[in-house]
Amino acid sequence: MTRFAALILWLAALSLPVGAAEAADPRLVPDVSSRAIDIQYSFTGEELLLFGAILYPGQRLPDDRADIVVVLKGPVRPIVLREKRRVAGIWVNASSIRLRTSPGFYAIGSSRPIDKLVDERTAAIFELGLANLSMSPTEFSEATKLERFEAGLTDLYRRLGLFYENPAAVEITEGVLYRARIPVPARVPVGTYRAETFLISRGRVLAVASRDVQIRKAGFERFVALAAERHGFLYGLTAVILSLLLGYAASAIFRRR
Amino acid sequence: MDLYLPVANLSVNALVIVLLGGGVGFLSGMFGVGGGFLTTPLLIFYGIPPTVAAASAATQVTGASVSGVMAHLERDGVDLRMGAVLVAGGLLGSLIGAGLFELLTAWGQIDTVISILYVALLGTVGTFMGREAWGSFRAAQAGLPAPARKRRHHPMVANLPLRWRFYRSGLYISPLAPLLLGMVGGVLTMLLGVGGGFIMVPAMLYLLGMGTQVVVGTSLFQILFVTIATTMVHALTTGAVDIVLAALLLLGSVVGAQFGARFAQKARPEYLRLALAAIVLLVALQMAAGLFIRPDEIYSVQ
Repeated sequence: MTRFAALILWLAALSLPVGAAEAADPRLVPDVSSRAIDIQYSFTGEELLLFGAILYPGQRLPDDRADIVVVLKGPVRPIVLREKRRVAGIWVNASSIRLRTSPGFYAIGSSRPIDKLVDERTAAIFELGLANLSMSPTEFSEATKLERFEAGLTDLYRRLGLFYENPAAVEITEGVLYRARIPVPARVPVGTYRAETFLISRGRVLAVASRDVQIRKAGFERFVALAAERHGFLYGLTAVILSLLLGYAASAIFRRR
Repeated sequence: MDLYLPVANLSVNALVIVLLGGGVGFLSGMFGVGGGFLTTPLLIFYGIPPTVAAASAATQVTGASVSGVMAHLERDGVDLRMGAVLVAGGLLGSLIGAGLFELLTAWGQIDTVISILYVALLGTVGTFMGREAWGSFRAAQAGLPAPARKRRHHPMVANLPLRWRFYRSGLYISPLAPLLLGMVGGVLTMLLGVGGGFIMVPAMLYLLGMGTQVVVGTSLFQILFVTIATTMVHALTTGAVDIVLAALLLLGSVVGAQFGARFAQKARPEYLRLALAAIVLLVALQMAAGLFIRPDEIYSVQ
């Protein structure tokens, strides 16, 4: 919270000399509670605070209420999405689609429901909302199939906490300061995340600003994951020796008793 | 107590995993089986990805079988020659298994194949074991001696070319038979994360016709080396061995196994075999339910 307070002070100092001479569009000054999230042994998820200020030219608040949308998006990767169906009495993966740019994490928070802020076209352009993620399917099969699969993925990821939508997450104070809490679960993929903030008024996106957030494994967890990935042989050998030692130690200890 | 698993990419309750390992270890010490056939399904049930579950369970079986192998070696209860042939087959099998694993994963059917294999294998073995155990249970209750079993290898085995003498097993058979058997064991270890003891022991008894005094020791010997091999193969191909998960499981299972072994000395063997058959059949049923009942997750990401 100290950073939040510091930002307010800094903004107050900054905005004084700038004055009315600047351009007419408002600006966003965004920040996040931490630029890097370290995944370590006791990591069970975290809450990321996205906050910042809206700078209006001439420090004059407009008459219309402006809204804020924040998006935290994880790295995209290609995936194969499979669907189970009943075949000869058994549930098996019966069909699949490939998606080239599926985000491993996507959270969106806003001060009002998205559909009340912008029209569908604008929402699609800025990829606002779970329904508007463009995941680049590789084959253009029937639209209904694609829709069904994307709905399935959204439902699955939503329950895993990897997709998150909260139309009341953003709190705007005095029309200039905003803040939103985004829950980040333990099973997030690692990588560079982008925290984007959109200022929206009268159905128009007035300003966009973004910050990068690193989510990475650290310490022992990073060491283990890297070893497993890059030094398979040594890693496997270590696992074998560990299990042999533990097995031997237990029998040795119990025999003595 | 939450702990993050660096390869599985999720956090688990460490205590639950240690207890799970302990429970499986207790059973494995009691019955002389590796317990992999219980660990893998239980881990999957807990939410660990199937590949990580199978790979890490194999690592755990290594630890669980060490003390057994040492004890049997001291008692001269291992046919080393037979063991070497089985291990050679097992190594081949784990490589074949790795290829199959990759193929099935790309095809998207790995989970279904794992489930079907479990149901078929555990169902068959459990039924056989249950029938036999029930027979000797009834005999013991009536006060009769257990029906003696004729020891003879399967005619198919006798027809194979090339013959070696396996002194400790009291056999003069083709080494191709144990080689093939070992290979099947290796494939199963790679795919299912089981040691394969629950298949190897009956196969060694009924197909090869090995002497009972060396069957368990030799099977454990094979399991030890084949699970080491599969851990290595998994580490080099799928990269799915989670050392933290394996360590937690081991912690529980090596201790549990010691208590299980003690308990087994007090209990009546007929009861033990009957109980094991029941557990094996239960796991098979649970797996079958997963195949036939609409699953919770229709969609999966790879």
